[in-house]
Amino acid sequence: MDNKERIVTILKNVSKKPAVPDASESLFDSGYLDSFALPDVVGELEREFGIQIPDSDLNPRKFESIARIESYLESRK
Amino acid sequence: MAAIRAFGAYLPTRVVGNAELAARLGCDASWIRDVSGIEERHYAGADETVAGMAVEASRKCLERAGAVAGDVGLIIVSSGSGERRFPGPAAQVAQQLGAAQIPAIDLPMASAGGLFGMALAATLAPQYGSVLVVAPEKMSSIMAREPADPGTAILFGDGAGACLIAADGGPAHIIGHVLHSDGSFADDLRLEFDSPLLMNGRSVILQASRKIPAAIHEVLEKNNRKPQDVEVFLMHQANQNLIDRVARAIQVEPPKFYSNIARYGNTSSASMLIAASEWWQNPGPHAGQTICFAAFGAGFHWCALLAELR
Repeated sequence: MDNKERIVTILKNVSKKPAVPDASESLFDSGYLDSFALPDVVGELEREFGIQIPDSDLNPRKFESIARIESYLESRK
Repeated sequence: MAAIRAFGAYLPTRVVGNAELAARLGCDASWIRDVSGIEERHYAGADETVAGMAVEASRKCLERAGAVAGDVGLIIVSSGSGERRFPGPAAQVAQQLGAAQIPAIDLPMASAGGLFGMALAATLAPQYGSVLVVAPEKMSSIMAREPADPGTAILFGDGAGACLIAADGGPAHIIGHVLHSDGSFADDLRLEFDSPLLMNGRSVILQASRKIPAAIHEVLEKNNRKPQDVEVFLMHQANQNLIDRVARAIQVEPPKFYSNIARYGNTSSASMLIAASEWWQNPGPHAGQTICFAAFGAGFHWCALLAELR
């Protein structure tokens, strides 16, 4: 699986919803995730990608959409 | 080693249920319950001030401690909703209690202020004797500002909590505390003059979900305790969903986290002290128990404090 597929799997598992929004669409404004799901998504990203996301990076905008999550993970390489 | 002598609380008489608030804000009453766990909150009357509520909570606290205002050597007042830019309410509270000559410190810190005040009191008690910490908040006056954000305005209520801390001689020894601040996210939860409260809920929840469990683990590890050793967690009552999340994060059963948010909403810096005051009355402390306090709020500031019953 590529990064996008791994992110989509995480989002589906956390949200318990089968389909995800378009890559550039807001996960929050679309109603896909709420504020309390975001910490779960971040925790799952850390586990799946074997990284520790520092508190200073925990800006919700970095996790606003699938594309932004991909971009953030790319920046961590 | 400083010790907690007693807690006290004051709640204004007017109860505002979700239906009343939903009608004003144009939202659904059941939605308020679902997203926050709050069913009602108390609103102060137009003539009630933060100082007045602080005095009521302080008197209850002193009465339960078997103390009088003359026994207090220092007062610390935490409030983010004072009526004035300055002076803060601390000196006025001391004066109204009949202790006008003692030093009085304001902590305009909002939610974490009550617990920062307790930690500060524990440090200062050996020099000043009994230190009264009191946190009064009149959040309804801020929630009345327009334009109201329903996601924020549903959360808050009014009230005051108080705690008397002595250099020694109270039933609960304070065995350690950790205090943290990080201004990186200061804009994500703030109150400007004459503006509504501004809150980036996603950021607050994301940061609080990490920082509160981390602070609890830190204070426990520093004092050679585990989460399972704690009898009760008395946490800032921000949101029931957040309280439950913190419980899961440190792997304890959610009922170990005392909660009264359904009845009072988020009373900012007063909330943890009000929760402590209620728990202290029922079921109440017993010898040998360990109690963990935790709070998080605007700043961001976050902290945890550990106490052990004699």
